[in-house]
Amino acid sequence: MASMNKVKKMAVLTVNHLLLLIIAILTLYPVLWVVLASFRPGTSLFSEELFPRQFTWLHYLELFQQFPFAEWYLNTLKIALVSMVCSTFFVLLTGYAFSRFRFQGRKGLMTGLFVLNMFPSFMSMIAVYILLLNMNMLNKHSALMFVYSAGAAMGYLLVKGYFDTIPKSLEEAARIDGANHWVVFFRIFVPLSRPLIVYLSVTSFAGAFNDFIFAQMVLRTKEQQTLAVGLFNMVSNQFATQFTLFAAGCVLVALPITIVFMVFQRFLVEGLTAGAEKG
Amino acid sequence: MSQHRITATVLSVIAMGLGQIYNRQYIKGILLLLLYGTGVYFGIDNLGHAFWGLFTLGETPQHLELVGKVYKMVPGDHSIFLMVQGLIVLFVFIVFVLIYMANIKDAYEVGKSREQGKHPHRFLETILYINQVKFPHLIILVPLTFVLFFTVMPLVFSIMIAFTDYSSPKHLPPANLINWIGFDAFKDLFTLSSWARTFFGVLRWNIIWAVLATVTTFFGGFAVALLVQHTGTRFKSMWRTIYILPFAIPSFVSYLVMGNMFNSQFGPINQYLKLIGIQGPSWLSVPTWAKVTIVLVNLWHGYPVSMLLIIGILGTISKELYEAAEVDGASAFQKFKMITFPSVMFSLAPILIGIFAYNVNNFNGIYLLTNGNPANSEYQFAGSTDILITWLYNLTMLQGAYNFASVIGIIIFIILASFSIWNFRRTRSFKEEDMY
Repeated sequence: MASMNKVKKMAVLTVNHLLLLIIAILTLYPVLWVVLASFRPGTSLFSEELFPRQFTWLHYLELFQQFPFAEWYLNTLKIALVSMVCSTFFVLLTGYAFSRFRFQGRKGLMTGLFVLNMFPSFMSMIAVYILLLNMNMLNKHSALMFVYSAGAAMGYLLVKGYFDTIPKSLEEAARIDGANHWVVFFRIFVPLSRPLIVYLSVTSFAGAFNDFIFAQMVLRTKEQQTLAVGLFNMVSNQFATQFTLFAAGCVLVALPITIVFMVFQRFLVEGLTAGAEKG
Repeated sequence: MSQHRITATVLSVIAMGLGQIYNRQYIKGILLLLLYGTGVYFGIDNLGHAFWGLFTLGETPQHLELVGKVYKMVPGDHSIFLMVQGLIVLFVFIVFVLIYMANIKDAYEVGKSREQGKHPHRFLETILYINQVKFPHLIILVPLTFVLFFTVMPLVFSIMIAFTDYSSPKHLPPANLINWIGFDAFKDLFTLSSWARTFFGVLRWNIIWAVLATVTTFFGGFAVALLVQHTGTRFKSMWRTIYILPFAIPSFVSYLVMGNMFNSQFGPINQYLKLIGIQGPSWLSVPTWAKVTIVLVNLWHGYPVSMLLIIGILGTISKELYEAAEVDGASAFQKFKMITFPSVMFSLAPILIGIFAYNVNNFNGIYLLTNGNPANSEYQFAGSTDILITWLYNLTMLQGAYNFASVIGIIIFIILASFSIWNFRRTRSFKEEDMY
């Protein structure tokens, strides 16, 4: 009887690990495929084998020769970093105000911001475009920074939920020592919400990094473009025939974000779970 | 004695800042007066024109005019610019009025406190007061101003567009003026057979898609989470790290790559199917297969998030529950059904609704993979895999059917808002205030 149980347990475990392996292969395969394709000589999508017989760096070099790829990198990093800092700061402040203060019109504002979030963002695209045109900001990076950080306050709910759980006694102690609201915010709330801040920063950074729709509309010249726009145009233009070059582009574009996500995965999970629990 | 209050209020009504100066708050008064001056200056210049523009949407169309001896094309009013500029002026005006009202209230309050024999705040004290008592207003000022001009204003504009005839080719500025047409665009969308057929067809697939996408990623993630967290599983963190990868890779890159993998002629998927003797389908060019592909790719891309969330929750379920169940002789399936599943659902219900709402509008998942294709001849400017949001995008960007696009946007909003608000009202963050 005992040995039967043991056999059964072994069988279950073997099947489990087999399943895990299959899922891992299915998960990794597309990644592996595109990375290997970027090192494959030639240009075609089709290849007899997964692993190329020869490895070449040529496609990566071509990216920098044929396109202003280095400039795209800098543009993207600049836009994404500024948007990240601004929108994280904005959303933290908004969450702090809603969590810790009671003032007239508070509930109305909270509901209003939440409802605004429900409109599809494309709906406002044309008006934002004309607004930027009037502000003489088309084809400028600052326009994107504005637009990416402008909506930050609408994501207050997660922050408010997180701040609500920070005990009031902590800030009261600080206030007795004469701390004002700013000190309480920077010395108590900010340090206590590190996972939240990492989560907000990474998601806003990735959001700015990945946007190709709005960036494409605003950025007109090739030199001003971002990685996402560049990569997207590559696919729609000549890259139908130059697949390996596109693959190299994909790898270079995906690499920074992927590394950031992997490094901060613990915080991201905490942020996601906080969102789930505190809603 | 009781004069201060009235005098200050009246002066503030006459001109912003006068009451403050009367109250001997000179710096504040002068600053407000300057703001008032600029406001009035720009207001006189723009306000009338803005309202005229909003109401008429322009009166002179582009036309030929005799200049000297030759006819020249003279630009007329640009309805869309008039509308956006009118809205900008209107919003600035609203902000100005709000400041004005605050100014009157302030003059009244300070006057009142003077009557009670209190010394009015000096400028520095005012700043300290704002920093202390008006702190929440101070910190949400900038974020909310941004929201006002970059979200609210554009949305009001889009909603207004739904009530105009703004569409290509007949009503397209600068060549033509556009007009207010009331609910005609709404009516047309539901009564013109080609539009109505498209709308209901796209809506149907949109709902099916959102349900399928949410259910597959949720249960896929659930299953993987259970496998990873199973007591006998070795190398837990290695598996988890592998499975997080699709979540970490920027989604637009994944979708673009996947589009190539499912290429029916040269893509690796059909290549492998061929190796085992199956002629792979034309994934992206047959409607049904295209839909299957979209759901499969979304599963690949979306299951890690559910998995991560569920692993997090599995860790919080008390071990004693399971032990008690084992004592009672519960099978593994019973334990799952009675303990694990309810616990996870309890914690995840709100986020599940959030994921569903996200999928309703999952633009990238459709646009980058199929761009709504394969084409559907029965539809008006939409393909077989288009959902409302991609249809809206194409109507705006390619077809110039701006008013229809706005109507669809409003409908998406109504769908999402109605159940999101219901969901939001139930969440703890909104309901259980002042718990601490």
